[in-house]
Amino acid sequence: MTTITTPKPAPAKEVDKDASMLKQKEMMAAHYDRLTSAPETGEKVASTFVPGNLNELIMCFDLLNNLPEVNAIQNGLRRQSGAYVLEAEKIGHSEDVCTYVKSDIGMMAKGNLAPNGKKFPNPDVLLLSYTGCFTFMKWFELLREQYQCETIMLHTPYMGDGKITKNMIEYMVKQLKDDVIPKLERISGKKFDIDRLREYLKKSAVAEDDLVRVLQSAKNKPSPIDAYFGGIYYIGPIFGAFRGTDDAIEYYKFLRGEVEDRLASGKGPVTPDGDMGKEKYRLVVEGPPNYTNFRQFWKMFYDEGAVVVASSYTKVGGVYDFGFRHDPGNPLETLAEYCLGVYTNRSLPMRIDMLSNYVKDYDADGLLINSIKSCNSFSAGQLLIMREVEKRTGKPGAFVESDLVDPRYFSAANIKNRRESYFQMIEQKRAGGRAAA
Amino acid sequence: MATPLNGHSCAEIVGRAQGLFDDLSFGAARQWKAASPERKVIGYMPIYVPREIIHAAGFLPLGIVGGGDQLEVIHGDAYYQSYICRIPRSTVELGVSGRLDFVDGMLFPSICDVIRNLSGMWKMMFPKVYVRYFDVPQNYRDDIGGNYYINELAELRHDLEELRGSPITDDELSRSIALYNENRRLVRDLYALRIRAPWQAPAAEVYLVLRAGLVLPVEEHSTMIREYLAAAAQEERPQRDNCRVVLTGVFCEQPPLNLIKSLELAGCYVVDDDLLLVTRWLTADVPTDGDPLRNLALAFLHQSESTAAKYEPDLKEKGQHLVRAVRRSAAEGVIFACPSFCDPALLERPMLQHVLKEADIPYIAFKYAENSGQMQPIREQAGTFSDSIKLWSGR
Repeated sequence: MTTITTPKPAPAKEVDKDASMLKQKEMMAAHYDRLTSAPETGEKVASTFVPGNLNELIMCFDLLNNLPEVNAIQNGLRRQSGAYVLEAEKIGHSEDVCTYVKSDIGMMAKGNLAPNGKKFPNPDVLLLSYTGCFTFMKWFELLREQYQCETIMLHTPYMGDGKITKNMIEYMVKQLKDDVIPKLERISGKKFDIDRLREYLKKSAVAEDDLVRVLQSAKNKPSPIDAYFGGIYYIGPIFGAFRGTDDAIEYYKFLRGEVEDRLASGKGPVTPDGDMGKEKYRLVVEGPPNYTNFRQFWKMFYDEGAVVVASSYTKVGGVYDFGFRHDPGNPLETLAEYCLGVYTNRSLPMRIDMLSNYVKDYDADGLLINSIKSCNSFSAGQLLIMREVEKRTGKPGAFVESDLVDPRYFSAANIKNRRESYFQMIEQKRAGGRAAA
Repeated sequence: MATPLNGHSCAEIVGRAQGLFDDLSFGAARQWKAASPERKVIGYMPIYVPREIIHAAGFLPLGIVGGGDQLEVIHGDAYYQSYICRIPRSTVELGVSGRLDFVDGMLFPSICDVIRNLSGMWKMMFPKVYVRYFDVPQNYRDDIGGNYYINELAELRHDLEELRGSPITDDELSRSIALYNENRRLVRDLYALRIRAPWQAPAAEVYLVLRAGLVLPVEEHSTMIREYLAAAAQEERPQRDNCRVVLTGVFCEQPPLNLIKSLELAGCYVVDDDLLLVTRWLTADVPTDGDPLRNLALAFLHQSESTAAKYEPDLKEKGQHLVRAVRRSAAEGVIFACPSFCDPALLERPMLQHVLKEADIPYIAFKYAENSGQMQPIREQAGTFSDSIKLWSGR
């Protein structure tokens, strides 16, 4: 009999992490422990979404915030999502639809385990506060079927005409006042206190200020941060369960200090392999990343000295860099405005404006689009976006394709080929510019 | 072939409807517009817009549901990745190829992210055309979603008034509501006829007659349905030993006509469906007295069809519309036909299938694209489904 033995892989190289990353890791671990201990502690759980996350309101009812997208991302990073997606397809979900949804459904079918290895509690309420993506609505209808728990809908109208109207705000405030809040009071058993909400909103604004300073530090050369691959870490707490908390204020203050130190010493971003080498290319990126091969994907860029100076994905849980801050003076209106303003709730022309301005304001070499098979909200129209941004900025664009958490759609060779051609285009453009000068 | 005493024969009516269906340059709508300089045409996509307001402005609502299987998509594919459904790419093709160059405005209803984003693309690509993303409430309380929707309708009315150059009066709106009430009653009669005697009103004919309503003025379309109802009743057509099915999932990107024909050829009478829902979205007459916008809004909230693009607040009610459709039409099974990459239809499908299982209603499922050409696998699947119903349902 022949025995086939698989050679042991070489020990993984230690990943370099900033102190802020380690701090965030601790925050996330503590949150997952709190979530999975909920059955023992008696804390109630609200599942909700990143775009349209009403964390300040959720905290007013002492509910714990659980975000299925973040769980799907964790499963992607841990290489578990592939099996979960297959499991969901096995039980009847189409291969064509969003893999966040299928990762979540597959995870439930396979024991519903959190990253700490303990079982997620069943939610006490599904807070369907969704914005910018129709799939969210179906996602929670699917979860409602499984959990048989109450679902509260907060409908955010789409900014089709590029503006927030009085009618939109009034509609959302009315939903919050007369529907969402009374239901949350009933489910949680806690009376709503608007002053408590104001306090949380005040804290949100402090952290938002620091987040913006961090993201805008990429206007410097070299950029001290990577605003896409690294940016995903930076948005974690504020897009998740920490907006409105002291933890978030402390984290963003700490992060800002760290970035300012890098800036002062002329350093580029930290990558998993340590400080990035010389900055050669500055990119704006549109679209979510791939999570199943996240590090490999990032490495393709930092190995070539490419840094992302601005990205749209770091705006899916809130757009703060044009001045919006949660406003404790108008607590319900500000929640409405926040939901309406998130990136994927903005019309295509607004997205084009935003990306073109990023290319100019961050002095980028061009726009790279990572088009995600799962996500029509982002992806439908991206080819037009690319052409239009190229036209307006005179900078070349590039288009790569992958998926959020389905490893079947990550093709390193294809992405590398396109990346190489893209960098050649940038070089040619630069050479042309120099010749013209 | 029987010819009704006072009208056209079935073949003539269906022939006209087929001609309208085949005409990818929308000749009838162009002709309508050319008759008078103040006329304008407002296009709309699935699944629902209040056509009454467009009509009240004196404009023609024109349903755009993609390019079907006869349109060669050349430019449209350059706008979309391979994993996006086909309706937006063929709609873009219609636009960039000049087939919609007579259209003065386009409405993109709230149905999915792809159609939503297409509204922004249209603004960029056709800056001289009036473009509106038409949002509808997902909250069904009169004082919340109702008020929001009334204001949205008022904005649409205002925009169309600007295009028209004069106000749209309440009386004009109420008159249009009455005409669409009549049209919806006739559509319901058409569906009732098919339930009673599906062999007299084959699914492909019903579809073509219904589809004509997307390009004809409502008055003319009502006449067409009325004539078809009279003519179809007089046809002598053999009753086949087919099973009876509800066809669902086909509410946006249209299945090829051959697909609908194939189902019946394979032994399945389609006795209900969710094709072209705009023609019967409102399930009861809208009052013609009082505030017309409020009447339209309340009808939307409380008397409208259920579909995947609409949130169902009540878990117990989820999918029951399909069970009711099966019972109402005495169907024996359900065929889920969903366009490839259609998020609403495909995400909804497992939930509906669970409900059908609970209700002991058999079903099958497949996917299609508007340009699917190979019908043999679908015919085989539908044929086997029909046989299994006939063999095992104890009828």
